Amino acid sequence: MSTVVGEMDQHDDHHHHAPSGVTRWLFTTNHKDIGSMYLWFSFIMFLVGGSMAMVIRAELFQPGLQLVDPHFFNQMTTVHGLIMVFGAVMPAFTGLANWMIPMMIGAPDMALPRMNNWSFWILPFAFAILLASLFMEGGGPAFGWTFYAPLSTTYSSDSTALFVFSVHIMGISSIMGAINVIVTIMNMRAPGMTYMKMPLFVWSWFITAFLLIAVMPVLAGAVTMVLTDKYFGTSFFDAAGGGDPVMFQHIFWFFGHPEVYIMILPSFGIVSAIIPAFARKPLFGYASMVYATAAIAGLSFLVWAHHMFTTGMPVFAELFFMYCTMLISVPTGVKVFNWVATMWRGSITFETPMLFSLAFVILFTIGGFSGLMLAITPVDFQYHDTYFVVAHFHYVLVSGAIFSIMAAAYFWLPKWTGHMYDEGLAKLHFWASLISVNVLFFPMHFAGLAGMPRRIPDYSIQFADINQIVSIGGFAFGLSQLIFLWVVIKCVKGGEKAPAKPWEGAEGLEWTVPSPAPYHTFDTPPDTSKTPPEAQDHG
Amino acid sequence: MSIRLITALTAMFPIAAQAQSQFNLTQGVTEISQRVYDLHMTIFYICCVIGVIVFGAMFWSMIRHRKSNGRKPATFHESVKVEILWTIIPFLILIGMAIPATSTLIAMEDSSESDVTVLVTGSQWKWHYKYFDSNVEYFSLLATQRDQIENKLEKGENYLLEVDRPLVIPTDRKVRFLITSDDVIHSWWVPDFAVKKDANPGFINEAWTKVDQPGIYRGQCAELCGKDHGFMPVVVIAKEPAEYDKWLAAQEEIQRKAKEEEQRLLAMSMDMTELMDLGEQVYLGSCAACHQANGEGIPGVFPALKGSPMALNDMEGHIDIVVNGKSGTSMQAFGNQLSLRELAAVITYERNAWGNDTGETVQASDVNAYMNE
Amino acid sequence: MAEQQGKPDNTRIVRRLLLTVVGMFAFGFALVPLYDVFCDITGFNGRFTDGQAAANTKTVDTSRTVNVQFITRVNKGMPWGFEPEVNSVRVHPGETKVVNFLANNPTGGNMIAQAIPSVAPGEASLYLNKVECFCFNQQPLAAGAKTAMPMQFYLDPEIPDDIHTVTLSYTMYDMTENATPDALAAIAQPVN
Repeated sequence: MSTVVGEMDQHDDHHHHAPSGVTRWLFTTNHKDIGSMYLWFSFIMFLVGGSMAMVIRAELFQPGLQLVDPHFFNQMTTVHGLIMVFGAVMPAFTGLANWMIPMMIGAPDMALPRMNNWSFWILPFAFAILLASLFMEGGGPAFGWTFYAPLSTTYSSDSTALFVFSVHIMGISSIMGAINVIVTIMNMRAPGMTYMKMPLFVWSWFITAFLLIAVMPVLAGAVTMVLTDKYFGTSFFDAAGGGDPVMFQHIFWFFGHPEVYIMILPSFGIVSAIIPAFARKPLFGYASMVYATAAIAGLSFLVWAHHMFTTGMPVFAELFFMYCTMLISVPTGVKVFNWVATMWRGSITFETPMLFSLAFVILFTIGGFSGLMLAITPVDFQYHDTYFVVAHFHYVLVSGAIFSIMAAAYFWLPKWTGHMYDEGLAKLHFWASLISVNVLFFPMHFAGLAGMPRRIPDYSIQFADINQIVSIGGFAFGLSQLIFLWVVIKCVKGGEKAPAKPWEGAEGLEWTVPSPAPYHTFDTPPDTSKTPPEAQDHG
Repeated sequence: MSIRLITALTAMFPIAAQAQSQFNLTQGVTEISQRVYDLHMTIFYICCVIGVIVFGAMFWSMIRHRKSNGRKPATFHESVKVEILWTIIPFLILIGMAIPATSTLIAMEDSSESDVTVLVTGSQWKWHYKYFDSNVEYFSLLATQRDQIENKLEKGENYLLEVDRPLVIPTDRKVRFLITSDDVIHSWWVPDFAVKKDANPGFINEAWTKVDQPGIYRGQCAELCGKDHGFMPVVVIAKEPAEYDKWLAAQEEIQRKAKEEEQRLLAMSMDMTELMDLGEQVYLGSCAACHQANGEGIPGVFPALKGSPMALNDMEGHIDIVVNGKSGTSMQAFGNQLSLRELAAVITYERNAWGNDTGETVQASDVNAYMNE
Repeated sequence: MAEQQGKPDNTRIVRRLLLTVVGMFAFGFALVPLYDVFCDITGFNGRFTDGQAAANTKTVDTSRTVNVQFITRVNKGMPWGFEPEVNSVRVHPGETKVVNFLANNPTGGNMIAQAIPSVAPGEASLYLNKVECFCFNQQPLAAGAKTAMPMQFYLDPEIPDDIHTVTLSYTMYDMTENATPDALAAIAQPVN
């Protein structure tokens, strides 16, 4: 069933090797180089943001103030959130997009390679600025990653200017990346690669890119207003000048909710590639997967105020946002059912990418259940701003988005490096992560239900036991990720030689080129009309 | 989906049904909080059932349909019928959830006339309660000792959930809360009432409750409001209406007497030691959260008082900022939070502690003169 | 490499996408007036444009009364006294009432203030009409002066039956810093 286009691939004819040294990386316009840099950058940020989480969990290990003062604690929660969202998850997806989209659609590179270089290289500056602000007098941003006004305007320290500047740069980077993805997908598909033949990873990124284009500018607008409110005397969010702090939340969440889907839609694409590969059975309901993804993206613009039920809204608005939010579980459910149906009567093996994908489906669904509970307005009044919410979005983002990124890394590492990773160590990484992530986040549900607010550096003694367990899970999860680092380094350095297609059931053009993928692939477009990626007509 | 059915269902799950479980949402002490709890459990059980079915199918196929069992993969990959089925069924389940959710929400918005109105004002990091139709008003501050927080003393039973002056409300009466803020956004939350409402600066929000049982109910600020967000609890005491009336009358009397006493004391001067002793107490209670016990503040966030030009040279400016606060900063107006004596003492303390040795004293009469100039 | 190979209309797509980006950035700012309009229509957040209403022409609904409560607050850093003459009034929907708000400036300098209103429940703001209000304009007050500021209002008779209590809150903000010294100096001592 596999495709055999690779045989006629002509990459070796005019193969010129990658330039070496620092300049290779500084000036590269090669999608694979840029993809690798994105992935390494996101992993470094994952460790930086993770170490901040360790500070948070260490302080919360026991009731009372032990390690850090509350002001620094707030900076940790804020910067942890910002780094994980904008520095770890989003760049990881952009890295995967860079590496895989051209190879999946049979394109030689991204459509706008020089812009690609820029969109990566401004990122380290953005995060250097953000991290530097922590060392300013008065400390870094301490108002939560949601930077609600007026805490972020009138009542913030002077590092806010740096925060705004760095968010602007992150936004520009994301927008450039998104433009690149869209142009690549629209213009660079190999002959025969129609839209409805594209792998789902490409589809989900295509939709994600449009979401990015639509909402990142709104975030830029929001931070700009914060900046002018703080330094230039405007009063968008200040009642004294006719503004309204609640309006900030509307603008922020108009960005914020689609942003949540920006961080999960590519995961859907990844899992939709991996589960069929290891179930040795084509993906169930390809077309419905595409429509469900588009539906989720569309609905994401109609649900923002479910983050703000307690701000005081008329009943009709509360009902509207509650119904729309509940509705999102329909297309999301379709996706989960499709994955289960893909596995049904397959011939399943459990290599590490599959393990992470299965964990993704289960744990993401648990996060979806708590999301459905949070959608119910009257009960949300009780859940809102408690650890129940913290548990919910960490289930979706850590055991959801991050697990899918891990799955993707293991799935495509042989293609990237030309070596098989150490399956034993990888399985150890999986089981350590799976157990610790649940020890870390599952008890948070109970803490939240019992009434523990989020973003507090100290808590009443009834929450002591739960927090101790959570912290132990946190340290274990943090340490487990070092195994991942070890596996990746080991795999880059050597290991069993990987064949062009190391996974028996994998489908797609990327498996038709040798491993490691040559520096230039598909200089001559492959003809996909005979052998579509899923080797099936999707109607 | 009647409430009775749900309660019966709940009783079948001993752990979850256990009253006031440490690991579950509180059932609370109002009709609304009970409805919210029932709704929470309903949705939870529905999620559990869906979870069992979906994960059951998944594990079934993980166990039965593995390659090591010699399974050959099937090739089916789409079915419009099935897709429609699992779009419609969840949709119907959602409608089943939306009906009780909507009715509970509408019940929460009941706007029938209330018996008592309390104006709740959040500020960094305390609550202020003012009884409408009465002169009674006061601040409610965290009562947990600093030494407990800093692990020098053993933590008490209500660690971080105790205040110096709790809000008192009557049982069996509809109490309406008008909620607002003086600085950043706070959120007033009492889990036992299922009331959580944001306090937005410049705007008022509304919430209400009707408590069934007398008792002490504890909650916390739920919206990140700066450094001491974790240290501004809400404590509400619900008393029988008769006792509540007695309490309110007594408070009115106490506040009237305190004002008289204050006027009487105006004539009396306190000496430096007295002022410094009282001043230190007040400083640690009201000022040290920001300006720190050593007067050095937090650079870039809260200014130092130690060696500050205002504390050394500008007495009138000093009185002004303590009494009226400073807009656009976290500095609050303490004029209505502290008595004239306390104001005088704390200003004196700030002008003489940590090597600020100006040697000047400020008397209650000075503060009074400034306030009425 | 890719640029030569890519189809020629890359720039067209990029231009469109960039236009979308600029458009969405502008949309972020357009949300500000849109939000105001939205609040006016729905009474979101108890916020409403504080415009002058025409006098009531509808018949007064004497069959029921609504309790209108007044709350006054002074922003911090502002030493003014500011209180309603009465805490609350009971009115029939449609009936016009005048309530005085008392303000005094205890400082030694002329000051200018602005009162910002908010209404709870938010829905009620749609039915609260002010014929005349001190909050329409900034309020100057000379050093040491006192003043009584009138607010004339009525509730639209169409106010829903289930609204029994309407709370109107005013927060007084100091606007002195934005005023020119001349304007401040020109504030006259009131005669009374």
